[in-house]
Amino acid sequence: MQTKRTVFPNKVLPYLLIAPQLLITVVFFLWPAATAFWQSFLRQDAFGFKTNFVWFQNYRRLFADPLYMDAFGHTLVFAVSVTVLSTTLALTLAAAAMRVLRTSRIYSTLLIWPYAVAPAIAGILWWFMFNPSIGIVAYMLRSLGISWNHLINPDNAMVLIVIAATWKQISYNFLFFLAALQSVPRSLQEAGAIDGAGPVKRFWTIVFPLISPTTFYLVVINIVYAMFDTFGIVHATTQGGPARATEILVYKVYFDGFIGLNLGSSAAQSVILMIIVVALTAVQFRFVERRVQY
Amino acid sequence: MNKIAYFLSAGLTSLSLSVPAMAATKIQWWHAMGGENGAKLEQIAKGFNASQSDYEIVPVYKGNYDETLTGAIAAFRANQQPAIVQVYEVGTGTMMAAQGAIYPVYELMKDEGEPWDQNKFIAPVVGYYSDTSGNVLSLPFNSSTPIMYYNKDVFKKAGLDPETPPKTWAEVEAFSRTIMKSGAAKCGFTSGWISWIQTENLNALHDKPYSTKANGFGGLDAEFTFNNDLTIRHWGNLKKWQDEGLFKFGGPVGGDNAPPMFYSQECAMYMNSSAGRAGVINNAKAFKVGFAPLPYYDDVIKQPLNSIIGGATLWTLKGRPEEEYKGVAKFYTYLQKPEVQADWHQFSGYLPITEAAYKLSQEQGYYEKNPGADVGIKQLTRVTPTENSKGIRFGNYVQVRGIIDDEFAALLGGKKTAKEAVDSVVTRGNQQLRDFEAAN
Repeated sequence: MQTKRTVFPNKVLPYLLIAPQLLITVVFFLWPAATAFWQSFLRQDAFGFKTNFVWFQNYRRLFADPLYMDAFGHTLVFAVSVTVLSTTLALTLAAAAMRVLRTSRIYSTLLIWPYAVAPAIAGILWWFMFNPSIGIVAYMLRSLGISWNHLINPDNAMVLIVIAATWKQISYNFLFFLAALQSVPRSLQEAGAIDGAGPVKRFWTIVFPLISPTTFYLVVINIVYAMFDTFGIVHATTQGGPARATEILVYKVYFDGFIGLNLGSSAAQSVILMIIVVALTAVQFRFVERRVQY
Repeated sequence: MNKIAYFLSAGLTSLSLSVPAMAATKIQWWHAMGGENGAKLEQIAKGFNASQSDYEIVPVYKGNYDETLTGAIAAFRANQQPAIVQVYEVGTGTMMAAQGAIYPVYELMKDEGEPWDQNKFIAPVVGYYSDTSGNVLSLPFNSSTPIMYYNKDVFKKAGLDPETPPKTWAEVEAFSRTIMKSGAAKCGFTSGWISWIQTENLNALHDKPYSTKANGFGGLDAEFTFNNDLTIRHWGNLKKWQDEGLFKFGGPVGGDNAPPMFYSQECAMYMNSSAGRAGVINNAKAFKVGFAPLPYYDDVIKQPLNSIIGGATLWTLKGRPEEEYKGVAKFYTYLQKPEVQADWHQFSGYLPITEAAYKLSQEQGYYEKNPGADVGIKQLTRVTPTENSKGIRFGNYVQVRGIIDDEFAALLGGKKTAKEAVDSVVTRGNQQLRDFEAAN
C-alpha cells in the first residue's frame, strides 16, 4: 500500500473545514461516550437524587452475573448465524440473478424490498407468521409434525430471530454482491472456460477471489448489523425471551437501563459494547484484511 | 449512547412544549393511554378545560407505561418534568422512593385548599397507593383487576351450563377436560399476565403473604416469601395442565398471544384484566362471553379474599411553578367527580374508583344493560382487604416481573421444576430488592 500524505500550507483552514464533522463527532459520540463511561462507575436511584461512586462494582457485578455471560453466548450464536446465512444466501441469489441477465432487474428490485422494511415491522411480520396460535408458518410446521412454540422453546426463539434478522439483511448484501459480480471481467471467466474449467471451479478460483473485498466489507457490516442493529427485531418478536434465551447484548442494555432503570449497569454494558466494537474492528482490519486481495 | 440521545430528546420535546401560555396556565399531563382510551382521556381533559378558564390541562401521549415512566424520569433529571404523570402500579415503589420528586396528592390537596377525602375511594384501590401511615400518595385514575372471561357457546357445546362458570381450580381443570373431550374447543384456558394474575393475585386471593414487611408496604428491606406451597403447587399445576393441553401459555409480560387464543375460540376460558372488557366484546362477535371471578383452591381457603389491582395512578411531580399546582389540585377534584369517573369506567372497562361512581353507574342501570361488567368490582370489594390482599409494593418490581416471566418459561420448557422455578424467582427477586435498597 502506498502512503498518502497531504501537506496543507494553511494551518487554520483545514481544521475549520472539518470543524462541522468534528463538532458532530464530539456532540453525538465523544460526549455521550464519556458520560456513559462516567456513569458506569456510579450507582444511582432512578431520579438521580443519590449518586454513589462505586468504582468497578457495576462491571464486577456484570461479570459475576451468569445472565450476562449467557447474553454474550447468545450474541455470538446470533451474530455468526446471521452473518453466515445472510452473506451465503445473498451471494447465491446474486449469482443466480447474474445467470438470468435479461430479467435480473426484476429480481433485484424484488430482492431489495425487504431492506426498506423497518426492523420493528420485520419483527412483527415474523412474529405473526410464527405465532404458535395464529401463525401460518407455525400451522404448516404443525401439519408436518413439528411443534413450534417460540414462547417456551429457546431454540425456536433463537431460530426465529435469526430468520427475521437474516431476511432483513439479505437485500443489502445482495445489492453489493450483484454489483461486485457485475464488475468481474467476463474475459477472465471466458478464458477459464476455454481452459476447461466448469462453472463451479470458475466461480471459486476466479470470481470469488475477485469479489473478496466486497465479501470482507459485508462480513464486517453484517456482524455489526447483527450485534447492534437488530434491537427492533428482538423487541418485536421475542423480547429477549423465553427465559432470556434470545437476549443479546444490545437488548440487555435497553432492558436493564430503560425498563429496569439500573443506569449504572446499563452504562457499564454500553462501555463494554464500545470496547467490543473497537476490538472487533481492529481485529478485522489487522488480520482478516490481509487475506483480502484488492 | 442511545440513552443520552433519549434524555436529550426528552428534554428538548418538553422544552418545546412548555411555552408559557398567554391566558390560561398550561399544565402538562403525560400519559400512556393509546387508542380509544387515549381519545377518551383527551375528552376528559377538554371537559375540565371547558369547565373553567384559569388552567389548561395539556395531555401528552408518551407511549406505553414503561416509556412514560422513563420519559418522565429523564425529563425530571433534565428539569423539564410535567406536573402530572401517569404511572403504572408496578412503578409505585420507584415513585414512592423518589421523595424529592413527588408531591403526595394528600399534601397537594391540603396545601391548595381543595376537598380531599380518601374514604371516597374503593378500599383496595386506595390501599395500594398509600404510605405506611395510610396517606394516599398518587391519585387513582385507571385501576383494573383480573377476571375470568369464558366462551358461553363452547360451554353449551361441551354440555356444560353456560351460566355456571367454574369457581375453583379443580372445576377449571374438570371443565377444561370436558371441553377438550367433547371437541368443543382445543384448549381449556389461557391467561395474560402470569406475574400479576397467576402469582401476585393468586397469593392475595388465598391470603398468603407475598413478602415480609406487609408485602413491601412496611419498608425497602422486605424479602419475598411467595415461594410457598400454594405458588409451587399452582405453577406445577399450570405446567401439568400445559403438558395435557388444558392450559396454553400466552407469552411473557401481558401475554400478547393470550387474547387471540380466546378470540379465535381455541381456548374456552381466559383470565385477564377487567380493562380488557371492551376488547373482548369487540373481538367476540361470533360467540357469547361470560364473566366470572378468578378461580381459587377451595382446600386452601374457604372464601377467597379480594383480588388486587393493576392499572395506573396520577403522580404529581415537584419543581413546577407554584400556580400550576393550584390547577393540578382543581383538576384532581374534577377527576373525582362521580360523573367523570363513571363515564371513564363505563367507556374503558377500568374500575369505578370511587364509591360514588360505582353507585352512579348502578343508578344509571349500566350493569343491568351490561351483565358481567361489575364482576371485577365485586371481586375487589367482596371482603375487607387484609395485609396480604392489600396489594404489593416493591422497588425494581418491573425487573422482578421479568424474572417471574423468565422462570415461568423455564418451567414450561421443562428446564426446571415448579419448586426450582419459584425458589429461583424469590432468590433473584430478592437480589433486585437489595439493589434497590442500596440505591435509595
